[in-house]
Amino acid sequence: MNKAKSFIIATILLFITWILLSGIATQEVIFGGITALIISLLFLTRLTVLGDIKFGIKPFIFSIGYFFLFSWELLKSNLDVARRVISPKLPINPGIVKVKTKLKSPLGRAFLANSITLTPGTLTVEMRGEYFYIHWIDVTGCDINCATDKIVAKFEKYLEVIFG
Amino acid sequence: MEMIFALITLIGALFLFLGALGLVRMPDVYNRMQAGTKATTLGTILFSLGIGLANFGSGWCGKIVIIILFVIATNPVSSNVIARAAHFSGIKLAKLSLKDELKEDDEKTEGGTL
Repeated sequence: MNKAKSFIIATILLFITWILLSGIATQEVIFGGITALIISLLFLTRLTVLGDIKFGIKPFIFSIGYFFLFSWELLKSNLDVARRVISPKLPINPGIVKVKTKLKSPLGRAFLANSITLTPGTLTVEMRGEYFYIHWIDVTGCDINCATDKIVAKFEKYLEVIFG
Repeated sequence: MEMIFALITLIGALFLFLGALGLVRMPDVYNRMQAGTKATTLGTILFSLGIGLANFGSGWCGKIVIIILFVIATNPVSSNVIARAAHFSGIKLAKLSLKDELKEDDEKTEGGTL
């Protein structure tokens, strides 16, 4: 089941990539692409990671929400870094903190780690079991629960529905 | 219209400049990574987006989308791996850092698990 799902998602993703890369959508390009994709993906038996993605209406809505949240956070994080870099006093209180995640699926955890890296003032340094170690540019006397609330919770809410 | 796209490209270039400035000003490798990763990600996205929008409809527009997606997917991963490697090879945090819980946990388990 997981394998079939992986196969379908990989086919769709790679087909979109192929169309975008080729730039033209004539009949030869489309059918040649599909044939080549299916032949090459038949030999791919170990790819089960993509099977974590859930189908359905709720995950779909949540992935759109996640997209907007991510874009907003990316913009905010850049303005934040810009502010810190420009200001003459360099206002940083860096440190490495530990946060906890509920996510189980490898793909969901990868997405979470990447999202954390691209949000204001945080950088994932290490993933170990259910704990993430995060370099935080503005540690403000926070314990593990408060850091988890501030850094992880907003993304986890969405990723939990999308990847499970 | 052309002006707006040029402006988007300019803003992207500005973020790339701020990333470079951050590399110079920040005190240690982890803070430099912060400035480097975030500013270059949005900088590259805006830079490519401005060029892509100015040439909208031409055959290679889709390649801009691919570039943006790859930058989003790979930039954080690379910085994560560099930061991890830096920490394991024993590079210390800057003096003004408040705490290092990864190091504390490593000392508890004597060396940690790589």
